[in-house]
Amino acid sequence: MSITAGLRPYAAVNEEIRLMLQKKDKAVVKDVNGQRYIGCGIDKGKRIEIHGTPGNDMACYLNGGTVEVFGNCQDAVGNTMGGGKIIVHGHTGDALGYGMRDGEIYIQDNVCCRGGIHMKEFRSMKPVLVIGENAGAFLGEYMAGGTVVLLGLHLKRGEKLFGTHCASGMHGGKMFIRGSYPRENLSENIRVKNLDESDKKELEHYVKNYCRYFGADYEEIMSKPFKKVVPISSRPYAGLYTPN
Amino acid sequence: MLREGEVRIPSGCAIAAIIDKKGGMINGAEIIKSIALMHDRSNGLGGGFAAYGIYPEHKDEYAFHIFYDTAAAKEACEEFLFKHFNIDVAERIPTRKIAAISKSPDIWRYFGKPNRVRMKNARLDEGEYVMQCVTKVNASYEGAYIFSSGKNMGCFKAVGYPEDVGEFYMLDTYNAYLWTAHGRFPTNTPGWWGGAHPFSLLDWSIVHNGEISSYDANRRYIEQFGYKCTMQTDTEVITYLFDHLMRHHGLPTKVAADVLTAPEWTEIDRMEPEKREYFTRLRAIYSGALVNGPFSVILGSNKGLLAINDRLKLRSLTAATKGNRAYFASEESAIRIICPEPEKVWSVSGADPVFVPLEIAQEEGE
Repeated sequence: MSITAGLRPYAAVNEEIRLMLQKKDKAVVKDVNGQRYIGCGIDKGKRIEIHGTPGNDMACYLNGGTVEVFGNCQDAVGNTMGGGKIIVHGHTGDALGYGMRDGEIYIQDNVCCRGGIHMKEFRSMKPVLVIGENAGAFLGEYMAGGTVVLLGLHLKRGEKLFGTHCASGMHGGKMFIRGSYPRENLSENIRVKNLDESDKKELEHYVKNYCRYFGADYEEIMSKPFKKVVPISSRPYAGLYTPN
Repeated sequence: MLREGEVRIPSGCAIAAIIDKKGGMINGAEIIKSIALMHDRSNGLGGGFAAYGIYPEHKDEYAFHIFYDTAAAKEACEEFLFKHFNIDVAERIPTRKIAAISKSPDIWRYFGKPNRVRMKNARLDEGEYVMQCVTKVNASYEGAYIFSSGKNMGCFKAVGYPEDVGEFYMLDTYNAYLWTAHGRFPTNTPGWWGGAHPFSLLDWSIVHNGEISSYDANRRYIEQFGYKCTMQTDTEVITYLFDHLMRHHGLPTKVAADVLTAPEWTEIDRMEPEKREYFTRLRAIYSGALVNGPFSVILGSNKGLLAINDRLKLRSLTAATKGNRAYFASEESAIRIICPEPEKVWSVSGADPVFVPLEIAQEEGE
């Protein structure tokens, strides 16, 4: 049995999802039209399947559950999520994975501005954001931890792997980026390196997942070289306002 | 109640727009459906619409939409209006009585042409004459506010949720080839009828989500050219900037957009020589018209539809196309509810203004 969102207010739809997940482990929500906060804070073992266009802050504070979307998402997907998995068969809006602390997000197509803004990690909590196509400006802005994987698939002539101010204020974590990239859009505090053996192993795992979710060709993706983007300093603005 | 400018309320808004490039007509019910989907982005303190192509029987006359707070204000304003214009039609704008919209001012509509003798004596061209008359009323006629003054277009706005405002003005009885819409969640200032969007002057209308941090710099710049910022709200300054750049200076729409959203100097320094010189000149000549702060803005006019975002991309705006139509909205879901299968959907980036020209503009002698 599935839930039909239609034009109902978000609170009513989310309440129905909550009640269904009390009884079952899975809820299917159809005809979603911009309702906010769907999948907010759901726990491990619970799963939501969304058809349509979910509204802002989808799967915010996700707490170990899984949210899979057949359609495009809007802004702030996975806002401050603390674990679990988000799979989007489409693109997403701005501020994807905002302040994400753990868990994995896989986006089949592109993301708009500020993907992975202020992602962070702590001990065993290491969030991962995998993007199939390209990213808008400010990818990984103020990033403090975790991993962003940017595959750059299906780029058309003139399209860039990422927009301006990439990794602006980044002071932790890493990005794996595939193929040619616009060096001029990277911020100054960034170093581009080759992947070492443990990086490669980690990357292969994420790419395999991406291929499994979206039916992409693993060999083809891995045939192009990847680079690793890391911050030079953990305090990029240490000298901005004070001399020492 | 504290008026505009005296209290600060932080939050966000919704904007939406549709254009049919070939001039095909779109019923008002469609834009209402789009903006209504984003109900939660506004708080009932302002909603409004601009519609182009709605007055074909009066297409050579200016259509003035006016709010009157009192009968005395109406009398004084009409005296001014009848002196400066040859008015053909004066009528109340038809409205529906609905529970959600209350405390309405008296809302009138006039169609007319400038009084040619007065215009000649003032040594002004038509656009400038009308602009100065509108500015005069809005700045010095207490209780009268001209909120729409273009040809073959009109704004409809009120305090309320946008879908209620649409119902109040019976917009399902209007057909237009271009619509813009706004749901207000007043930032910094409380809502009142005049403060609702769109902000319109002549054919230009602006709907805006965000705030203009550079407001005072822009205001000081634009007030040198005869405009008066009387609404105590930031959005009106954008309307005047576009009017000034495009009507006074004759800049093409795309160039005017580049003035308002010019890139940072560090980006300009990296450009190809020709582009670098273009932006350097724009920023040097029009430094007072550079708009800063988080915003997504849609400009409607008889030239078409222009969508711009601030260069740091701090407000969301999605665009889509299908056939002759282009759609814009703060959220993708608000487009899909009226266009479920768009050919192309993308997010408007801060660096790339989107202009959808109206392909019938020339026929109308623009």
